[in-house]
Amino acid sequence: MPKPDRDPAFERRLDELRQEAKTQGRVEGRGVDIAGSPLPIAAVKNGPNGHGPNHRGKPGLERAVQSGADKPGYFGMPVIKPPVWTWEIPIYFFIGGLCGMAAVIALAATVFGQPEIVRAAMWIAAFGGVASPVLLIMDLGRPLLFFNMLRVFKLRSAMSMGVYILTPYGMTAIPGAMAVELAHWHLLPDGLWSTLLHLVAVTLTFAAGLSGMLLATYTGVLIGATAVPAWNRHRSLLPLHFGTAGMGSAVGLLGLFGYTLRPLAAIFWVTVAVETILWLWLMFRRHGPADRALHEGLSGHLLMPAEILSGPLSLVLVSVGWMQAAAVAFMLGSLLSRFGWVQAGKQSSKDPEAVFASQR
Amino acid sequence: MIGEGILSTNQRKHTYVRDQRTVGFYTDPTLCIGCKACEVACKEWNDVPDDGFRWSGNSYDHTDALGASTWRHVLFIEQDQPRGRQLAGPMSGDLLSDLTEHEDPFRWLFLSDVCKHCEEAGCLEACPTGSIIRTETQTVLVQNDICNGCGYCVVGCPFGVIDRRKKPLKDAGGAFKCTFCYDRQASGLVPACAKACPTESILFGPLDELRPHAAKRVEQLKAAGYPDAQNYDPVDTSVKGIHAFFLILGNPEAYGLPAKPEIPTIHLKASWTSAFLTAFGALGLSLLAFAFLK
Ligand code: SF4
Ligand code: SF4
Ligand code: SF4
Repeated sequence: MPKPDRDPAFERRLDELRQEAKTQGRVEGRGVDIAGSPLPIAAVKNGPNGHGPNHRGKPGLERAVQSGADKPGYFGMPVIKPPVWTWEIPIYFFIGGLCGMAAVIALAATVFGQPEIVRAAMWIAAFGGVASPVLLIMDLGRPLLFFNMLRVFKLRSAMSMGVYILTPYGMTAIPGAMAVELAHWHLLPDGLWSTLLHLVAVTLTFAAGLSGMLLATYTGVLIGATAVPAWNRHRSLLPLHFGTAGMGSAVGLLGLFGYTLRPLAAIFWVTVAVETILWLWLMFRRHGPADRALHEGLSGHLLMPAEILSGPLSLVLVSVGWMQAAAVAFMLGSLLSRFGWVQAGKQSSKDPEAVFASQR
Repeated sequence: MIGEGILSTNQRKHTYVRDQRTVGFYTDPTLCIGCKACEVACKEWNDVPDDGFRWSGNSYDHTDALGASTWRHVLFIEQDQPRGRQLAGPMSGDLLSDLTEHEDPFRWLFLSDVCKHCEEAGCLEACPTGSIIRTETQTVLVQNDICNGCGYCVVGCPFGVIDRRKKPLKDAGGAFKCTFCYDRQASGLVPACAKACPTESILFGPLDELRPHAAKRVEQLKAAGYPDAQNYDPVDTSVKGIHAFFLILGNPEAYGLPAKPEIPTIHLKASWTSAFLTAFGALGLSLLAFAFLK
């Protein structure tokens, strides 16, 4: 790392810069923009900020750049950096939730002997095992260095923990679905081999279910434990919200595929009810500037309709017995809501008042 | 040793890296002349690419904010308060009468902002690749050959410092911020920005010498008629203090600094609790549903 070859010349350059600053009062250089500006004091008007003569009766000053005076913080500039994530991440949140929870359904269906459900749910889970890492890697600034994520294991980093949830999930859901499928076709003659295959299928389904339930909820921690005000204000709500949406979407999708058993319908009822309560909570427990991004601007316009789709609207639809329509509304709402939450994070981090309200 | 002209810690060679001594910056806006020598020096030494020009309209500041390609940023703050002998507005030319009659409630302050090198650094805790490390001098360094650009450090920093560099700049995709001139320090040199600073507004030195110096400086300024002088060093929050700390006049918010910055890891416990409860709740719900409904 040291660049000693540049030292002597560069040290002279630094002395030069210091000298220039001393004599000229300003220094210019590549990429450093000084090139003049409106003067800080534009014109001599009547008193400070144009409010009439100052206390000594002398003509006062008017601030040229009024922009700074009435904006929060430093000229209203963002205090923290907005998340750099693009569309891949909200879709990843949605797919991770849906597919992770599908593996949980597969687990429960395995325990209580519903092989058809296990099969369908494991296919959904396996799809998530493929799609999630692809989306995650696509969003990296340097996708080829993805495996550097496996260099360290950090309990204090939700991103690192996510990698250690997603990796075992993919490594069990994908082969798990294959094993379930093979077992389903009875390709192996009865006996030791088929018993073994069955055992492998059950083990992998269990492992996928256990990692899947965390895959569906850790994403809430991922954005909850950040400096972004609208997110960290809801650090406890987010994992519950994302997990519930994942579970509802999983049973909703199974329903659309024609699996409409009573246990699935019951689970759907519960998730719709929880989502409705969370929507009410977000509507009525507002936190002023800190989470106003959830209600205002682009993110508000995206998030609140989305929450209504998967909350109250789905509740109405299931109540009148339109299960398929409810499933579509719920899944659409969940997907839009993930976009809404990411957008709310961007909006909220660009809002200095939100940051000051949450960090004081 | 601090602030003593030719013997100043800003100019002479040092062995802090070898001695594993904690170093810091103390940046003092009452000394800053807004020349931007630090910005130029930083860009030139570190080969930071030019990230384009935007006319901000914010006083003399067109640098806007710290970011992936801006590691030093001089703030230009305009406030409706008098600042000692700073003159503004129409002047007669007679210095004495200008000083007594024309002083208006206006002050123009400059502060060179930089990565704070937090005691508890949000960026470092967030990084899932181990790319961000703490050096021998307790500064926070991004190892750019390891960073895969996941962007998690960006939302981990409570000060909005680190950012992912956008295309088409060189090394785009990785996260960047001030390195505290680790390469220079390793060969005994003072960080480029501090060395180029003509007024020692950016003071470089061992943290245990800077902190008492800073406390003295505030006393000095208060005695000289700046009642709102204070040091910005959030030692009583979860950040536990910053190694590049500042003197400020007035509220920290005016400098774009949160009054009580918190490291985001304080949210982990509540959030993981909710995640595990939800996960096991979902599992229990599925098992119950399949057990009791057929
Ligand atoms: S200011 Fe931000 S980027 Fe700098 S060390 Fe602290 S958390 Fe990291
Ligand atoms: S973007 Fe790079 S430095 Fe930042 S957290 Fe990700 S891997 Fe670490
Ligand atoms: S210490 Fe080095 S990298 Fe950091 S701002 Fe100063 S010159 Fe730039």
